[in-house]
This record gives sequence, structure tokens and C-alpha cells, in this order.
Amino acid sequence: MRMPWRTSHRELRRDVALVCLADGIVGVSFGATAVAGGLPWWVPVIMSLLVFAGGAQFAAVGVVLAGGSPVAAVAAGALLNTRLLPYGLAVADVTGPAEVSGAARPAGPGRRWLTRLLGAHLTTDESVAFALRHTDPAPRRTAFWTCGVALFTVWNVAVLLGVLAGSVVRNTAGFGLDATFPAVLLALALPTLADRRTCAAAGTGAAAAVALTPVLPAGLPVLAALGGLACLWRRR
Amino acid sequence: MPLLAVVALAAATFTFRIAGPLFRDRITVAPAAQRLLASAAAVLLVALAATSALTQDGGFAGWARPAGVLVAGILAARRVPFPVVVLAAAIVTALLRLAGIH
Repeated sequence: MRMPWRTSHRELRRDVALVCLADGIVGVSFGATAVAGGLPWWVPVIMSLLVFAGGAQFAAVGVVLAGGSPVAAVAAGALLNTRLLPYGLAVADVTGPAEVSGAARPAGPGRRWLTRLLGAHLTTDESVAFALRHTDPAPRRTAFWTCGVALFTVWNVAVLLGVLAGSVVRNTAGFGLDATFPAVLLALALPTLADRRTCAAAGTGAAAAVALTPVLPAGLPVLAALGGLACLWRRR
Repeated sequence: MPLLAVVALAAATFTFRIAGPLFRDRITVAPAAQRLLASAAAVLLVALAATSALTQDGGFAGWARPAGVLVAGILAARRVPFPVVVLAAAIVTALLRLAGIH
């Protein structure tokens, strides 16, 4: 009984470390892109602490760097994060305080609320994916919190490093840094293109967004891409 | 980007995050709605990737950047690890520019 538990702990730490490495590189790229694009240093830093959602952060900053309005930026970021609602429902059993029974002393109400708020804030694609790998409450909880806390730390440190790098490196184009931003978005999007209809919707939307970029105010072409969702209702 | 916009995005994000744990007994997201939201997110990400790869200040961004992104996309589709994908995009683009292709 003890051995498999210990092995799975080691596996968990290894897998979480790999995810953190990948997201760390994304974080550095985010911080550097934001600052190199002309945003003040505190925008990526505060955003990473308070929003803590890579895709939405990239989306919002991308809209702003393209010259879009803050409203369009918030709309794009918020829309990407709607998926956190079903995530929260899926892992609601582990994001809050543990339901202790018997001899163990339950935490006070203030502490329970703090745990609940913190757990909600740590809900990300990655922490949810780690939690969903288990069905038993204890390993499920361990997986969620280990990934959540590690990722929050690594993400914010990485963004800070990126901000420093972005303000030191002047010639970001020479290093191809501008290509990492769309590359990250594409790599994030590919696994979500599960079926042919979503692919058609995404392809149509992207083509429309690119075509509309010279004529529409910045920020709007990306939102206009949502018109591509009409492909989902085409006849079978 | 004003602080207010960052705070607004943070508030919206946290609302989505806390709603599930708080109201899990009272809300159910219909599978159709969940699929639609997932598709909307995919459409948004691809559109952002396309516009940020191909355009710059309302015009064409040049060949080096989309070429790097294309290589990254091919690698990502082949399930190459994420760090390699991101580095490949930067390296391909940087090398093309070094070779005089912009």
C-alpha cells in the first residue's frame, strides 16, 4: 500500500516539474513580449499575479499591443477564461478545505474561506488536468494543490524574469522573440481542435480576422473571428 | 493597458473560478453550452495566433515570423514538447532574419 503511493508521489513531482518548465518558458516569453511591446513593467507582473491564466494574459496583451482598446482586450481574455467555470465544477471537491471527520480538528471558518479562495485562484488547465487523473479524494487533492502552488510560483517568477530580459534585450526581433507569442497561442489551441467542425470554425474565423485586420480597429478582428462559430451549425 | 483593465480581467476570471465551487449544487452547464464555449476559446486562440503571426500595425508582418510560427505549429501537432516548440519558433525566425529574409 505504501510503495505505490510513494511512487505516484515521485511521478507527480516529476510531471509537475515538466509542466512548470514548459509554462516557465511561456511565462518568460510573456513578460518579455509585453515589455518589449512597450507596456510598463507592472502590467505583466500584476496581471500574472491577479489573472494567473496564460492564454487569457497573452490574448489581452496581444490585443493591446496590436493597438486594440482595453475593453476588447478584457473581452477576449474573459471569454477564454469562461472554461474555468466548468473546471471549477469538475474539481469543486478538492479546491475547498478538506472535509475532515472524527478526531482531526477542523480549521476555523476564516481559514476555510481563505483556502476556498486560494483553491479557486489556483484553478488552471494544468492543475485541473492533474486532479482529474485521480478518483480517490486524497491523491486528487494532493495533485491539484501540488500543481497549483508550484505553477503559481514558477509562472510569476518566470514572468518577472521575462520582464527583466525584455527590458535589457533591445533587439527582440533579432532573437525572433515576436514569433514565440503566436507560437504559444497555436500550441495552446491545437489540442482543443478536437473535431472537424471546430477546425472549420477556427480556420474560417482566423481567415476572417486576418482579412479584417487592415480595415477594422485593432482588437475587433479577433472578436469578429467568433463568427466562424457559425460553421458548427452547418448541416452534417 | 490601464490598471483598471487588468483588474477587470482579474475579477471576471476569478468569478468564473469561484462560481463552480460555490454553486456546484445549483448550476449545471449544459454539455452543448460547454462545447460551444470550448469551441469559442479554440476559435479565439487560432485567430489571435494567425493575426499576431501575419500582421503588424495593420499590415503584413513579413515572412520570417509566420515561417517560425508554421514550424512551431508542425512541431506542436507532432506532440513535440512545449519548450522545444517555443524555442523553434524563435530560432527559425531569428535565423531567417539573419539570412536577410524579413
